[in-house]
Amino acid sequence: MLRYVASKFFYMLVSLFILISATFFLMKAIPGDPFMGEKKPSPEILARLMEQYDLDKPVFQQYTKYLSNIIQGDFGLSMKHQGQYVTDIIVETFGPSLRLGLIAIIVSVVIGVLLGMLAALYHRKLIDNVAMVLSVLGIAVPSFVLASLLQYVLAEKAGLFNVMGFNGPLDYVLPVMALSAQPIAFIARLTRSNMLEVLHSDYIKTAKAKGLSWFAIMFRHVIRNGIMPVITYVGPMTANIITGSVVIEQIFGIGGIGKQFVESITNRDYTVIMGITIFYGILLMLARFITDIAYMFVDPRIKLTSRKEG
Amino acid sequence: MRKHKKLLLLMTLILAFSSVLAACGANNNNESANNGDAGKPKDQVFRMNLASEPPTLDPGLSQDNTSNTIINAVFEGLVRKGEDGTELPGVAESWDISEDGLKYVFHLRQDAKWSNGDPVTANDFEYAWKRVLDPNLTPASPYTYQLYYIKNAEAYNGGDIKDASEVGVKATDDYTLEVTLENPTPYFLSLMSFQTYFPVHSSIEGNPQWATKPDTLIGNGPFKVSQMVKGQKIELVKNDQYWDTESIKLEKVEMSIVNSAATELASYRNNELDYAGHPTGNIPTDQLNAVKNELGDQLEIKGIATTYYYVFNTTEEPFNNVNIRKAFSMAIDRNAIVEKITQGGQLPAFGFVPPGIKGENDEYRNEVSDAYFEDNLEEAKKLLEQGMSEEGYTTLPEVTIIHNSDDNHKRIALAIADMWKNNLGANVKVQNQEWGVFLKNRDDLNYQVARSGWGADYNDPMSFIDMWVSNSGNNDAGFNNEEYDQLVRGAYTTNDNAERMELMAQAEKILVEENQVIMPIYYYSSVSLIKPWVKNLHIDYKGDIDFTRAYIE
Repeated sequence: MLRYVASKFFYMLVSLFILISATFFLMKAIPGDPFMGEKKPSPEILARLMEQYDLDKPVFQQYTKYLSNIIQGDFGLSMKHQGQYVTDIIVETFGPSLRLGLIAIIVSVVIGVLLGMLAALYHRKLIDNVAMVLSVLGIAVPSFVLASLLQYVLAEKAGLFNVMGFNGPLDYVLPVMALSAQPIAFIARLTRSNMLEVLHSDYIKTAKAKGLSWFAIMFRHVIRNGIMPVITYVGPMTANIITGSVVIEQIFGIGGIGKQFVESITNRDYTVIMGITIFYGILLMLARFITDIAYMFVDPRIKLTSRKEG
Repeated sequence: MRKHKKLLLLMTLILAFSSVLAACGANNNNESANNGDAGKPKDQVFRMNLASEPPTLDPGLSQDNTSNTIINAVFEGLVRKGEDGTELPGVAESWDISEDGLKYVFHLRQDAKWSNGDPVTANDFEYAWKRVLDPNLTPASPYTYQLYYIKNAEAYNGGDIKDASEVGVKATDDYTLEVTLENPTPYFLSLMSFQTYFPVHSSIEGNPQWATKPDTLIGNGPFKVSQMVKGQKIELVKNDQYWDTESIKLEKVEMSIVNSAATELASYRNNELDYAGHPTGNIPTDQLNAVKNELGDQLEIKGIATTYYYVFNTTEEPFNNVNIRKAFSMAIDRNAIVEKITQGGQLPAFGFVPPGIKGENDEYRNEVSDAYFEDNLEEAKKLLEQGMSEEGYTTLPEVTIIHNSDDNHKRIALAIADMWKNNLGANVKVQNQEWGVFLKNRDDLNYQVARSGWGADYNDPMSFIDMWVSNSGNNDAGFNNEEYDQLVRGAYTTNDNAERMELMAQAEKILVEENQVIMPIYYYSSVSLIKPWVKNLHIDYKGDIDFTRAYIE
């Protein structure tokens, strides 16, 4: 186990280094600079700004300097937002994305699993059909369409919620709905097909024949086995959702990290682009790592040490 | 078994319904949006939206509309802009201007205070201006050149003069500020309400983060920043220390940060905003008609001093030929563009300086007509033929219009491409580019025709004219004309305002009529929605919003 964690950690560092290098050079390859605009600063001022931010140096030199800075934990100042540290920007904007994301994940898993279970239990019945039609819709309708629709129907017409803003608990409802529709649909389908498989397996029949209670069968055997693939899905999905959905954050006016990331690219805010990329990288790697560990606990057949060798 | 399944079903249903019911139970107060006073804020609170986050609230560093909207409320210069564009006393009670127009003496009011209670003195202005001019200021201010009117300012900033005391600004006592200029500048007084000339509190020295936190952001304007949530909202509250606090009715200004025009409009409809649209947001063009029908009485359309134009790359085929440039400029239907595409009260443009800019006695555009050319298909065809024979073309080379990705720009580009195709038989492609890529290509003269827009920094034709001198960083046409440069230099140095206007008019004629370096398309308008309960809100000549004296009724 320890060996596994250590080697995993090593590979994470290597991937992170590759990620940082690739992003850095790709980012520098995009035309433009943080000071561009319809009205350009005068050439002298522009030259001075470039010098102040070390952008006049050769790219490789900028790269090595950046690497040595981040090793010391210095992610620098934003080049667009005067006087703001990149770490502060990440901390401030990750909060809303994380809160929103976690709620959306919980909602997705609970509703998705319940819906999937119902569909499996009532296989080929009305509930199954309704659930599956809903899930096809959930997968097919893009979140920005759903978001605008929710705004129009529930906020503008019904007057139940605010169209935008992120102040009270009620402001979470629409973004969470828009964010979780797709995962709910996916999880429901996943749960359903696995449950069906499990329900028809021999050990369930044996359990029934032994006279185990319905709850015991469901919770000890069916759910535990049926939920396995959901875990595989939830890991990456968690990372995906808490890194912030640009679309949802823009439409509902939430000051999240996804919106910040896209803006930093448009602004060529180099330090912020790098900072958020590294942060995302770490987050995604951790999410995968935790998924692997969780898998081990749920399914004893999986041995992490043997996987490393294979 | 069946019973348990039912139990599960019931649980799910309860869960699903309870979330819906929970939602219904609360917050029913913003129903029935658009009639009467429903949705009106209870207190003196004004709510508006910012499409982007202000990059800085430091008046010395700011250069964009969004930042300025806030800075104009949080700081105050020596003078402030009146609603009709005149200069009203701000921190300065009165001022004297010398005969030759080179020396300004400002007499400051003694009751002006910073938001922390300190008095605002002439030293604060001297400090603020010299801070921007300091060559070691990090980061350097993009608008440094706005201070170059002051004597020795440019030399000090460029490092040719080391001694800051040689710069032509001096606080002779706490309440007197003496300013000496490089050249007579008739619009210098109006620059005093421009953010680069605002004072800053000396406590900011050595704290580069001062403008990012409400408690160190000390201002001297009618409002102060009370809350900033990154990427989400900014809140201003009334500043009780402001000298003219009696004229300030609003207690609070709430600014959301959303860059979706559709959300902005929906929020306005849902009474979450009292104001939507220019200059800090946008009304989606594709919904403008619906808005006109539904909310016509709340829609405010006002011409502003910005010109939308296409710039020709005069170094690239086929637009290195002036007759071809003229032909293309005449071959479009500007009325159709403003009536069918933009639909927001824009005016067809034939000159570069937009209406709203002051001339000698009246608006410049009323004194100098923009009839440099007209939409004229016959003439266009003739000129095209002439140009083609001059260049020895039998067929016209393919032409590509570039524009930055935006729906409105795209629609206009497609329409113009179509007009050129039908009217001139040209083979036209339209290419949209990401903002940075677009700017870089335009800057590097790596294009044939490119979309452009230019707005006033200050209320004088010079704000438009001097961008086309050969060495200007914003001259993206490769236009290089000695006569033009001389006219601009003449206008800079003359003390006679009538002559100055005349020189600039001649320059504009060279730019548009003789050389057709640019193809003006329309003069912008500011399109915004204002709730009926918001009073005394002003949009000025360049489209800046002034809510400082507004109130809710």
